[in-house]
Amino acid sequence: MQTIPSPFTFRGGIHPAYNKELSSGSPIRELPLPVRLTVPLSQHLGAPAKPLVKVGDAVKAGQLIAEQNGFISAPVHSPASGKIAAIEEALTAAGRPCGAIVIETDGAQEWQLLPAFPAWQSADKKDLVALIGAAGIVGMGGAGFPTRVKLAPPADKPIDTVILNGAECEPYLTSDHRMMLEHAAEIRTGAEIIRYILGAKALRIAIEDNKPDAIAAMEKAFQGIDGDVAVTVLHTSYPQGSEKQQIYSVTGREVPRGGLPMDVGCVVENVSTAFAICDAVINGRPLVRRVISVTGDAVEQPANLLVPCGTLYGDLVAACGGIKGKAAKVISGGPMMGFTVGSLAVPTSKTSSGLLLLSAKKVSCFTSQACISCGRCLDACPMRLTPAEISQCVEADDIEGAEQVSLMDCIECGSCAFVCPAHRPLVHHMRRGKAVVMARRAAAKKANP
Amino acid sequence: MKPESPSDLFIVSSSPHTHSGESVERIMLDVVIALLPAFAAALWFFRLDALRLTTVCVATCLLVEWLCRKTMKRESSLSDFSAVVTGLLLAFNLPPGLPSWMAAAGSVFAIAIAKQVYGGLGYNPFNPALAGRAFMLISFTGAMTTWSQSPWIQKLSYAATNTVTQATAAVDATTTATPLGFAKEALKSGQPLPVFDTRLLADFFFGNMNGCIGETSALALLIGAAYLLYRKVITWHVPAAYLLTVFAYAAVLHLVSPATSIPPLLHVVSGGLVLGAFFMATDMVTTPVTKRGMLIFGVGCGIITMLIRTVKTGAYPEGVSFAILIMNAFTPLINRATRNRVFGSKK
Repeated sequence: MQTIPSPFTFRGGIHPAYNKELSSGSPIRELPLPVRLTVPLSQHLGAPAKPLVKVGDAVKAGQLIAEQNGFISAPVHSPASGKIAAIEEALTAAGRPCGAIVIETDGAQEWQLLPAFPAWQSADKKDLVALIGAAGIVGMGGAGFPTRVKLAPPADKPIDTVILNGAECEPYLTSDHRMMLEHAAEIRTGAEIIRYILGAKALRIAIEDNKPDAIAAMEKAFQGIDGDVAVTVLHTSYPQGSEKQQIYSVTGREVPRGGLPMDVGCVVENVSTAFAICDAVINGRPLVRRVISVTGDAVEQPANLLVPCGTLYGDLVAACGGIKGKAAKVISGGPMMGFTVGSLAVPTSKTSSGLLLLSAKKVSCFTSQACISCGRCLDACPMRLTPAEISQCVEADDIEGAEQVSLMDCIECGSCAFVCPAHRPLVHHMRRGKAVVMARRAAAKKANP
Repeated sequence: MKPESPSDLFIVSSSPHTHSGESVERIMLDVVIALLPAFAAALWFFRLDALRLTTVCVATCLLVEWLCRKTMKRESSLSDFSAVVTGLLLAFNLPPGLPSWMAAAGSVFAIAIAKQVYGGLGYNPFNPALAGRAFMLISFTGAMTTWSQSPWIQKLSYAATNTVTQATAAVDATTTATPLGFAKEALKSGQPLPVFDTRLLADFFFGNMNGCIGETSALALLIGAAYLLYRKVITWHVPAAYLLTVFAYAAVLHLVSPATSIPPLLHVVSGGLVLGAFFMATDMVTTPVTKRGMLIFGVGCGIITMLIRTVKTGAYPEGVSFAILIMNAFTPLINRATRNRVFGSKK
């Protein structure tokens, strides 16, 4: 076990104001159980889960209420004991309509747990992966990719390096930071389980150098571990937490275009995901709650809350002393990649790492101007794209042209739009272009299966 | 949780929700600020002529910009300062004795034809100020190449027997050529060039020589350039590639044939090179966006500048404006040819 500076740093990236001090000093606090939970069926990447319960059914905490629906999908469990009040349409954190199971909680919190493997060191790896899948664990950094898929790479893609992502490069967010400070031991166990399952030689814990206390906590937690383990200290630069950029910073390997981390022998797991894996394997608890940072200058008392998935934003804000003054923007996630929502009646999910409320002072509205070819978006793009050119193609509805200049390689990190002096909505253009491409591909597949 | 009034609604928009705070206005304002030392030098050396030409150009540019936007029924663009930048740069590229109406005509061309016809800032393929100057050079060739000796340009006290100033006076008694103009004349007439007094270099560096009002003081221009570099409005790539190419080209020429060419450093501080390299070959809209493209652009400008300056049969003594304009035409091609290697693609 050692601490090393990251041997590489990706090119591009930006240095936004981090504003993490608003909530980084607040210890994780458990939210009192809300009387009603709106548990979304789509808390992950892929197909929404299929409900297994009916209105009026009594459920226990941890009980499976919706099953995995396809290969890229994940099951959903009840975060609390109570009664199914409704199965209705709700909004996801990204603002899309999606099915949700509404539970009236009874406060008893009687748990129904999965069969655990406290002696995981001698367990069959397949059983562990199955348990992690059954526990509904998905990537908690934001994308929500089902973890069981990541942990079962095909035989021709051996994994030699596991990277534990503790970069938390999004401004304002501090939930991973607090997890590393307060649950270091569980994160270590989770990391060891991942390493065991994948048979990886190297384990790296990647943390940005603006979180020295988290680095120290991880150093302490991983003391005495055997094998090639190191805390890799990353330069503070957005987006260090992005999977591809982080793999490059830690190993110098570039994930090929259109490829996956497993193509370069790596698996990246968020620190909170490692905690969830530990909780499932040791305690048999499915993923039904997580820590979320409720922060921003329009929140009375910014905090890091441990909340059941399905808690409405309104309940979170109330638990933080309410809105301070007037909130102009409410964002699911951080200010770089988060989604704005139109109301506080939106539930949290497994991927909700932050809820950001900004006052009008922090929210500026711009009129976009013509591109002046300053080239700053090229320098900021961590994928080394030409955002100005792509956005102009999309604006002119030349989607093929945009594809030719690598539209589909965009990771939507927002670095280009952040630096654009003409305030061009570059990411918006990228999203629109990508959506058109995806729709055309789907239509082509339907026509020629 | 029904919103009471529109002001209670939350703003919904695409990410990112935070911004660096940089703006087009600020960039243009920075260029204006960076041009102030050169403006001060122009006022010092050319006095009222500098004030007159600068006022005429900036005022005409602003007026034409406003008129064009009004006629096209587009939003006014006066507040982005780009018309001020064009006015300043055009004025800085004019000889001191030029009639005001010619300066105004050049400004009209720069803004109306070279910029607004294309759709305004961001869409113009050529640098408006340089396009305006090229138009004037062709339309008013005589006036644009007459360098009436300003009384404020100090007579050089160290007139040795064979210095450039004396020889210049012999070439033309009424108008005094620029150093480059003199060199070209000597080249054409076949007269050997005088040996240069090295003290001349210092005079030229501070701006004590004939030339366009804003281009003579390399020192003042470099102070402005340092500010632009500090503010990250420009990068070193174009100016370095441009200046080094001119220097290297001139050095080789001087080594091969010292009798018919002026020293490389004199080439660098003479004419509009410093002004062009830092303020016009770095114009964001009309020059490449990639770093490699910038280097190619700078080298291309350097080669074309030296070709115009030193090819015997060429008509013009100075080539910075045309060099940059010609390279402007290549900008889209250069951008396309020098795209960055996309992360994860084959090396």
